[in-house]
Amino acid sequence: MNALSQSLQRIGAIVFKELRQLTRDRPTFGMVVMVPLIQLLLFGFAINTNVRDLPVGVVDLSHTQTGRELVSDLTATQIVTFTRTYQTPKQAEDAIRRGQVHAVLVIPVDFGQRLQDRRPIAQWMIDGSDTVVGNALLALQQMPFSSGFETQPVVRNNTFEMALFFNPERRSAVNIVPGLVAIVLTMTMVMFTSAALVRERERGNLELLITTPVQSSEIMIGKIVPYIFVGLIQVTIILGLGHVIFDVPVNGRLDQLALGVFAFISASLTLGLLVSTVAKTQLQAMQLTVFLLIPSILLSGFMFPYEGMPKAAQWIAEALPATHFIRMVRAIVLRGATLEDLQPDLWWLIGFTVLGVVAAASRFKKRLD
Amino acid sequence: MTEQLPAGAQEWAIETRGMTRRFGDFVAVDQLDLRIPHKTIYGFLGPNGCGKSTSMRLITGLLTPSAGSIRVLGMEIPEQTELLRRRLGYMTQKFSLYDDLTVLENLRFMAQIYNIDSRRAKQLIESQLGRYQLDERKGRLAGTLSGGQRQRLALAAATLHQPELLILDEPTSAVDPENRRDFWEKLFDLCDSGTTILVSTHYMDEAERCHGLAIMESGAKRADGSPAQLMRELGAKVVEVDGENLRLLKQQLGELPEVVSTAQQGTHLRVLVTDTIDDPETWLRTAHPELVTNRQIRAVRPSLEDVFVHCTGNNAAKGEGTRQ
Repeated sequence: MNALSQSLQRIGAIVFKELRQLTRDRPTFGMVVMVPLIQLLLFGFAINTNVRDLPVGVVDLSHTQTGRELVSDLTATQIVTFTRTYQTPKQAEDAIRRGQVHAVLVIPVDFGQRLQDRRPIAQWMIDGSDTVVGNALLALQQMPFSSGFETQPVVRNNTFEMALFFNPERRSAVNIVPGLVAIVLTMTMVMFTSAALVRERERGNLELLITTPVQSSEIMIGKIVPYIFVGLIQVTIILGLGHVIFDVPVNGRLDQLALGVFAFISASLTLGLLVSTVAKTQLQAMQLTVFLLIPSILLSGFMFPYEGMPKAAQWIAEALPATHFIRMVRAIVLRGATLEDLQPDLWWLIGFTVLGVVAAASRFKKRLD
Repeated sequence: MTEQLPAGAQEWAIETRGMTRRFGDFVAVDQLDLRIPHKTIYGFLGPNGCGKSTSMRLITGLLTPSAGSIRVLGMEIPEQTELLRRRLGYMTQKFSLYDDLTVLENLRFMAQIYNIDSRRAKQLIESQLGRYQLDERKGRLAGTLSGGQRQRLALAAATLHQPELLILDEPTSAVDPENRRDFWEKLFDLCDSGTTILVSTHYMDEAERCHGLAIMESGAKRADGSPAQLMRELGAKVVEVDGENLRLLKQQLGELPEVVSTAQQGTHLRVLVTDTIDDPETWLRTAHPELVTNRQIRAVRPSLEDVFVHCTGNNAAKGEGTRQ
């Protein structure tokens, strides 16, 4: 019994020492609270697989009152919100490729005639590059609709004809693989750079380095450049193997893809640098990376569509480089879009990088105080 | 220097006036005035936490002073820190080169950081490897070197760009005595070739080798001068007392107001007595005969340790040891 109580005392000593150390390591202690809190909020509020209010467009070739009624009936389902009107199906297709809308409803010229017979009354052109979005829209296929003028109720199999673009077989690999590029890059790029600088600080290298003529911005750039190549290698592996094994097409131009990837890698590395100016130890850098990684996976549109999230979650998502890159990479790889179509996202990434490097360099003073 | 300088502007390699650094409520360096001449080895002697490292960081511009002015090699610090960097070599307390690079790679890296052109860098590295006996180990990872080898590598890297001022923060704390002696030989070589060296230490034997010395405690300077001068001007006399039962004697002597400090060294007790007593032996024999019967008393030359003990701790409060 005595031996047991001695053992308990020793265990107690270690337990309290450990707790004391934990409370003194502020960032780690913060993680204890923040990780479950943020996860709960993300899973509880933000992640909503019931997609609502998808932005869609309409091409009304019939120009009829009934056509407008169809639009308002669809709006009433709350699955879609009509944000754009296009003149021709060609325009509509371009808009989908650019990512302006996820789908376009085309109401044909013979709309009135179709209401009377058993043919589908209109067509949905759907962006299949996001399978969750695609599935949500496919649910509309059999929505009942009648104009009220039919002599007798028309029984038809499908109300709409569905044209699924870019991923007609609805294979999830096609959707996941390009998105995975964003997640893997976020994880490795942020972790590499944040750990790289913190490691130098931990080992004391930095104290020597800052007494030399090296400028802080030179240290920052010197830390970023090697990992750009690491990132490009990773992208090549993911998309190359994705193409070979999962038959994921690369529809866009490779130079455009490389440029987009380059912008995202730079932004992610900048994020890593910012982490490194906050974290004091490699463990803290790792934790902060995970902290950034969770929303990058959950909010960026990688797993759940951006449009399904409440406004607040969308704002957070907009702040993450991964969100912008996922839009870009899916557009370029799957829909064959060009960077010209994706200017807002591209500029956002460039702006983030520039501001981030400036912020990191100014936070990283060549001083110890 | 061809341009006319105001008189005395270049007289000192390092000159500080009222240099102070606070961390919150804690005063790490308190009103420190230093004047360190060119081409000398100047030492900071003091216990851990006395402000040696902080003072060095203030002088190198790594920390901003809370008050006071600092001039190093004629440059205002911290304003002109970037200019100083090229003329300064700094060796941190902890080994701060890259463990996962080889000796040669580390030196090449430092040469590039200081923008030394590659042909000249090759020559310099070659001569550094020879001078610091690293030739045979140039392909070894720095992390696998012994303490003494690392120290030599660190010194080779810090002096690669031939700085005018070399600052060494406890350079020999992880080195055995033999390597320490070698290391100091190298420092004297550097000093002879014109380098000013500022070094901190808590070893008396090292401090005694310096041309000039500042004894520091709690962020303040307690005494400064050359070691010989400090020992000569020690405001106390030293006697050694032999005999049995030294522990008890130490306690009894320690209670006397005239005794500054006592320390047992093997079979004798080293006793510091204030300057007010002319002849400590006679004084002990007449004033406290009961303590020193059958004991030998010998007057000895003060050592640097005596100076240190006299200037620091509670003794400093008596004001005797503080001198400008």
